[in-house]
Amino acid sequence: MASATLTSLRKPPAIVTRFGALALFLLGWEAASRAGWISAFIVPPPSEIYNSFEMLFVQEGLVDAFLRTFGEAFAAAGLGSVIGIAVGYLLHRSKLAGLAYTDWVAAMASAPLVLLYPLFLVVFGRNSATIVAMGVVGCLPPIILKTKEGLDGVKPVLLNVGRTYGLTPWRQFRMIQFPAALPTIFNGVRIGLLFAIINVVGVEYLIVFGGLGQMISDLGDRFEIAAMFGGIVFVILVSVCFFFITEKIETWLLSSK
Amino acid sequence: MTPALSIQNVAKTFSTAQGDVRALDHVSIDIRAGEFVSVIGPSGCGKSTLMNIVGGLVDDYEGEVHLDGALVRGCQKQIGVVFQEESTFPWRTAIDNVAFPMEAAGLPREARMARARELLELVGLNGFENRFPSELSGGMRQRIAIARTLAFQPRILLMDEPFAALDEQTRLLLGDKVLQIQQELNQTTLLITHNIAEAVQLSDRVLIMSFRPGRIKRVIDIDLPRPRSSKLMGGEKFGQYVAAIWEDLREEASKGLQDMERVRAGA
Repeated sequence: MASATLTSLRKPPAIVTRFGALALFLLGWEAASRAGWISAFIVPPPSEIYNSFEMLFVQEGLVDAFLRTFGEAFAAAGLGSVIGIAVGYLLHRSKLAGLAYTDWVAAMASAPLVLLYPLFLVVFGRNSATIVAMGVVGCLPPIILKTKEGLDGVKPVLLNVGRTYGLTPWRQFRMIQFPAALPTIFNGVRIGLLFAIINVVGVEYLIVFGGLGQMISDLGDRFEIAAMFGGIVFVILVSVCFFFITEKIETWLLSSK
Repeated sequence: MTPALSIQNVAKTFSTAQGDVRALDHVSIDIRAGEFVSVIGPSGCGKSTLMNIVGGLVDDYEGEVHLDGALVRGCQKQIGVVFQEESTFPWRTAIDNVAFPMEAAGLPREARMARARELLELVGLNGFENRFPSELSGGMRQRIAIARTLAFQPRILLMDEPFAALDEQTRLLLGDKVLQIQQELNQTTLLITHNIAEAVQLSDRVLIMSFRPGRIKRVIDIDLPRPRSSKLMGGEKFGQYVAAIWEDLREEASKGLQDMERVRAGA
């Protein structure tokens, strides 16, 4: 009993450790900024960033920018899921196509695809279509790769069960392959959504067109550095929230597997 | 009388990098309606190949398979297969797993759920309808697979080492359950196994296969009273059957072991 108590004292819960580390970092940053060890103009203290949120909400239209950015990111992830799952299925079905393209898609996943934005700017113009298209490009590689991985990993015995009941290839896919691969595919969609958010905010920033990216760009141009950091912190916080929510959904999907 | 299942001169050769391997060599088996037949043999004797051929999962083979006198090829709804590996669908509850074949056949939801409930009761899983396979033991999952296979009331129930992954006690209890189901439904059953006691406990006839190429080496009729249960295993006659089968199987199992060691040494 005593040793159990000691162990629990020695090991605080993970959440306390995580937030404790963050709080320590912020306190150190605040102290360094106030002491003048780091320039408050270049890197404002956390308290100033926190205070800038009122301005972000009231004057800069943070909520509208958020809705626009995440609307575009979700549209990109949705479109990317439809295309990515279809392409992943083709790479799974055709051994030759899988052999020819899988490594290239994996290489694409590690490339800074956001740099392709001038090409899309020429094709679609300076509007939402370019931003959504860039989001789609960003989220495609993980969705394609995870779809292929999920479908490749379906146990042959499950497919044999379908065969013994005379399922057509389409019903085999719909009733067995897809649900069996769903947790892995969802993992790809989850990573894809995060890549889409990164690309959407990045392109909004680069082409200065709507959403959180443009808001951060404008604030930087006006030397509203604390508010600019506030915008960046907001994007990070929302991304982290999405990460945790989708992680919970994924865990739930996996637990039924 | 026409046998329920007739396997005539079935042979199968696999092409491998090391050359052709004759897995099965002119195997012929007739099974009467309601009969429980086990095929026993050492690893590598082609037992599972035989099951895949009868189950329609292998198309490219020599010989013929007849169901009630009619030549069949490919998967048949009249031949239900219980696989050795875990084959329940993890994303479906127990009842949805059992209802799967009826859903695939387009049966209305109410009808298939009612039938699935009956089958779950038959395999002793009432009360577990809404559990996912991950929440159930290996033995319970295999009972779901059996119930699912029985959904269409198949003429032939094929079971490929269905208890191989289970511990000995669960295996014995599940054997009792299979006996009870077979008795209730008068189900014609072909069991593939490498467990001698299991074969004796369940079967009317045990077919002993030779090591590669797989042939029927000997047929032993099991003359033990029915209804049976695992309690039979303590009996003298049971022991005699086990000894007689092992007598034949020992030589084949030794060949299998030598082959395995030769392959390993070569690797």
